[in-house]
Amino acid sequence: MLSIKNLQAKIGEKQILNGIDLQVNAGEVHAIMGPNGSGKSTLASVLSGREDYEVSGGEVYFLGKDLLELSPEDRAREGIFMAFQYPVEIPGVSTINFMKTALNQIREYRGQQALDAVSFLQLMKEKMKLVEIDQSLLNRSLNEGFSGGEKKRNEIFQMAMLEPKLAILDETDSGLDIDALRIVANGVNKLRTKNNATIVVTHYQRLLDYIVPDYVHVLYKGKIVKSGSKELALELEAKGYDWIKSEATVA
Amino acid sequence: MSKSNQVLEEITSKEYEHGWTVNLEADEAPKGLSEDIVRFISAKKNEPEWLLEWRLKAFRQWQKMVEPKWPNVTYPAINYQDIIYYSAPKQKVKPTSLEEVDPELIKTFEKLGISLTEQKRLTGVAVDAVIDSVSVATTFKEKLSELGIIFCSFSEAVKEHPELVKKYLGSVVPMTDNYFAALNSAVFSDGSFCYIPKGVRCPMELSTYFRINAANTGQFERTLIVADEGSYVSYLEGCTAPMRDENQLHAAVVELYTMKGAEIKYSTVQNWYPGDKQGKGGIYNFVTKRGLCAGDHSKISWTQVETGSAITWKYPSCVLKGDYSVGEFYSVAVTNNYQQADTGTKMIHIGKNTRSRIVSKGISAGKSQNSYRGQVHVMKRAANARNHSQCDSLLMGDQCGAHTFPYIDVENNSARIEHEATTSKIGEDQIFYCLQRGIDEESAVALIVNGYAKEVLNQLPMEFAVEAQKLLALTLEGSVG
Amino acid sequence: MSTSIARDLTSEIIEAQKSLTAEAELRTEALAQLKKIGLPDSKQEEYRFTPVTRHLEKNFNWNKSTPESNLSSIADYLLPGLDANVVVLVNGRFNPLLSKVVSLESEITILRLSDALLKNPIAKAHFNNYLQNETDAFAAWNTAAWQEGVFIHVPESTSVNKPVFILQLHDASAEQVVSQTRLLAVIEKGSTVSVIEKSDSIGNEVVFHNFAEEWVVKDDAHLEYCKIQNDAGKICQVSNSVIHQTTSSKLNTFTLTLNGQLIRNNLRILIDGENCESHFYGLYLLNGNTLADNHTVVDHKKPNSFSNEMYKGIMDGNSKGVFNGKIYVRPHAQKTNAFQSNRNIIISDHATINTKPQLEIWADDVKCSHGCTSGQLDEEALFYLRSRGIAEANAKAMLLYAFAAEVLEPIQNETLKLYLDQLIADRLQKNF
Repeated sequence: MLSIKNLQAKIGEKQILNGIDLQVNAGEVHAIMGPNGSGKSTLASVLSGREDYEVSGGEVYFLGKDLLELSPEDRAREGIFMAFQYPVEIPGVSTINFMKTALNQIREYRGQQALDAVSFLQLMKEKMKLVEIDQSLLNRSLNEGFSGGEKKRNEIFQMAMLEPKLAILDETDSGLDIDALRIVANGVNKLRTKNNATIVVTHYQRLLDYIVPDYVHVLYKGKIVKSGSKELALELEAKGYDWIKSEATVA
Repeated sequence: MSKSNQVLEEITSKEYEHGWTVNLEADEAPKGLSEDIVRFISAKKNEPEWLLEWRLKAFRQWQKMVEPKWPNVTYPAINYQDIIYYSAPKQKVKPTSLEEVDPELIKTFEKLGISLTEQKRLTGVAVDAVIDSVSVATTFKEKLSELGIIFCSFSEAVKEHPELVKKYLGSVVPMTDNYFAALNSAVFSDGSFCYIPKGVRCPMELSTYFRINAANTGQFERTLIVADEGSYVSYLEGCTAPMRDENQLHAAVVELYTMKGAEIKYSTVQNWYPGDKQGKGGIYNFVTKRGLCAGDHSKISWTQVETGSAITWKYPSCVLKGDYSVGEFYSVAVTNNYQQADTGTKMIHIGKNTRSRIVSKGISAGKSQNSYRGQVHVMKRAANARNHSQCDSLLMGDQCGAHTFPYIDVENNSARIEHEATTSKIGEDQIFYCLQRGIDEESAVALIVNGYAKEVLNQLPMEFAVEAQKLLALTLEGSVG
Repeated sequence: MSTSIARDLTSEIIEAQKSLTAEAELRTEALAQLKKIGLPDSKQEEYRFTPVTRHLEKNFNWNKSTPESNLSSIADYLLPGLDANVVVLVNGRFNPLLSKVVSLESEITILRLSDALLKNPIAKAHFNNYLQNETDAFAAWNTAAWQEGVFIHVPESTSVNKPVFILQLHDASAEQVVSQTRLLAVIEKGSTVSVIEKSDSIGNEVVFHNFAEEWVVKDDAHLEYCKIQNDAGKICQVSNSVIHQTTSSKLNTFTLTLNGQLIRNNLRILIDGENCESHFYGLYLLNGNTLADNHTVVDHKKPNSFSNEMYKGIMDGNSKGVFNGKIYVRPHAQKTNAFQSNRNIIISDHATINTKPQLEIWADDVKCSHGCTSGQLDEEALFYLRSRGIAEANAKAMLLYAFAAEVLEPIQNETLKLYLDQLIADRLQKNF
């Protein structure tokens, strides 16, 4: 589904990604772990098309299309969903209105009819139940005055609404207490099918107790220095990142 | 940011959609302004002697006055002798029913989405249609008159209800209040009049739709709304004009008068022709709007969405004379290309326990200049006056300007006045968030701008709100700072 | 608008020029400018509430000359415990006996301005570069008729240990006093200095003091500048201060207005370099018939700078507070952060406030805001204090003090801060 080859990216003059190789197939969950500043969030941002980063080498194909050629909105329409680490607040724009606009533009791109108000509301009710989010939250301005947990839950709700093929969860666990973490993870798990894939970007292992990955990759200084199964995450939890760092330095 | 600029380019090149003209045969006065022209207008309208005298007095005063120079706008000097002060679509006689109205006129309004045919009209809105300052049709009149509500053209009111007109004309905006008000008082050709009797809650929105059609004409209409004790009315005003290369002057006066416990809600969606991309043409919109809360516990609420006009100069104000009276001003003003707007409000607190609220949202794009100018004046007697003002500016691009001139004058120590103002741009992170959800940049900006203006748009009656939202999106789709 | 006193003034100024030779050409030019623009009447937007011209017309005789003063001690007017370089001007004349410079010559140069213009090239180079003589009548008047002034120069990379204390006294015990004084300060790159200006007056006759100041704060320099206006009696003071800042310089100003009849302060901060920081604070505690008018301008001409303004006022008696704060963000001054706040409390039935916070922005990527309030003391807070047994008068004073003292926070000189704190506390305790 997603094929990343030797991806390099920089911000200004600063090189952040130094050749990433990653292969994600439908039905898989990949965890990207790594110490602070290793380039995890940069990878997520580059995949979603943030303009702050300049891709300086390599290629990314998504379902056979050159992803780097696509605008951010077209990437979203092709089925990439980014759950932001810090979802932005947009005053005066309700989540409902926002989702309706997004969903219908995506449908239009795919040559589907726009949803009428009734079917949209129906769909929304269904997804609300799935991710355990309250309607009152969705009537409010997008993320404005939301708690950290509410913002993250809103991200997962939007993911449920848009049914992406590839979801990228960027540090979704940051700022969440254990109950909120469980609710968010439950939402993600319910949305998993054999046709979609998930990339979980995280610093800590604890999220992976709830969203169990098929593969774990460790990012350090802009490169994947180690890949393995979910046991690798446990090992990192126990030993910290230092041994990875020293191993990488030696190598 | 090349992409943003491209989008900006696209929206700034958007055409004004009401820019067409129709060939209506017009009955016009010769160009220029003199006592003779004032007499001509008055005679055309078969006005009583007192009104002619009133006009002449205003005209003589106007001659002694000078055009105000303090607004933060620039424009070439207006030649007041080069304007036609009276232009009326030619109709044989004043129609008594819609069947007698020139079909061309009905079509004109239908093209604007305003149906004068009552059956086709959404129930709940009565319309007075004014073309080139002359009222051509008023709908739902009979239904309203059952409740004792008077809703008619100004000229008709002068004939049918002279005592009311005489009593309230100029009672809120004196004829010599300012240069443009004096000009209007001398040459106004028509407008709407409305009286809501004691205790009556007007069951439908009343609406005036203004259209400038003829070339070289100025539009000088006058609106007077009187709400008697305990009554309520919601009033809407919309306007458009054809695209013409020369600037056209619009100098209107609106007077609102509320008695004890009465409330008037006045909403405007102003979409006069703003001129082209190079700033050629467009309406000079120099308007005086003021409401007097004469009675205790009365309320006046202004809501305006200003997207049109080359230059806007208007300050819908509230004089809070009655104790416990309330004034509100909600405004969204958008300027693009070379538009200039200097708009805001005055809240004059005279009575005790009076309250006012100001919410102003300015949006500037292109090479435009957008100014908020407002005054909150608490007079000595106005114990416990309260005001809260919020003035926000949003800038799109680095060639426009946003200006805030709030005057706060407090002469009573029990008053509590709060004023806040902020300036911001649309965040790139906000745009990106929308893009990531599959929303294109134009829609993202429309979404964010509508969100920004929501507090004001929410004040509009339902039907108008939709129109206003579309208008905002149209003027600004996709502009990113 | 030209007014009738302009004619009287002209002769007064020409008379003054005969004895004042420094910069004679500039004086003539400025006089012409003053004649052209005239003194402002109340129709002028900038002087709507502040009738300086009318006051001058009514109360002054321009043919009278200002008397000498035989004042021998200034102990009453000094700041207790402040070890500083002291410059004293009495009735607009330099008093060498009461002045003393304690800092090393290598740290700071302090001269009579008239001397400096004759022999100091830096003074000559900067003099009159920043005032707006073309549009501001009082600046033009000062340039035409200034009697004496102070020149301060701090060389590069120097931190001046002891502050400069400039005391301007007006002795109007015998006759009316008219004084025109001037200051020019150049703080070179990377230097730091603290300047305290205080004005006091003696006697019951009228005083008009027209003061003009030019401050040049160069790259990486830091200026702390405090103005204490504590004149008793019938003084009318107009003060024009222009501060020119360049790259990475830092400014802290504080203006305290307590007394006087008619006080007008124009503070103009020109941010003409990137990464500058400007904090300007003010407090006006007014009673009696005092009218205090603070007009401030911060003009962001270059990107990436920060300005923060906070002015507070408490009005009692028949006093009038006037505030106008302008924030300009010029085209291309992107990433500017500019904040402004003006808060007022009106105590009496006859006091008023006229305030106009003003934003003018021509750049889109900026963060600017202003807030402005007028009100009374918080009833809840007052009740809370009283319910703990504090008498109403004390409770009010406490709350007013808390409201006022916030503006002292950024002052770094502890002796100065303590003095101001005491001044404010005394004032509030005494009056309420």
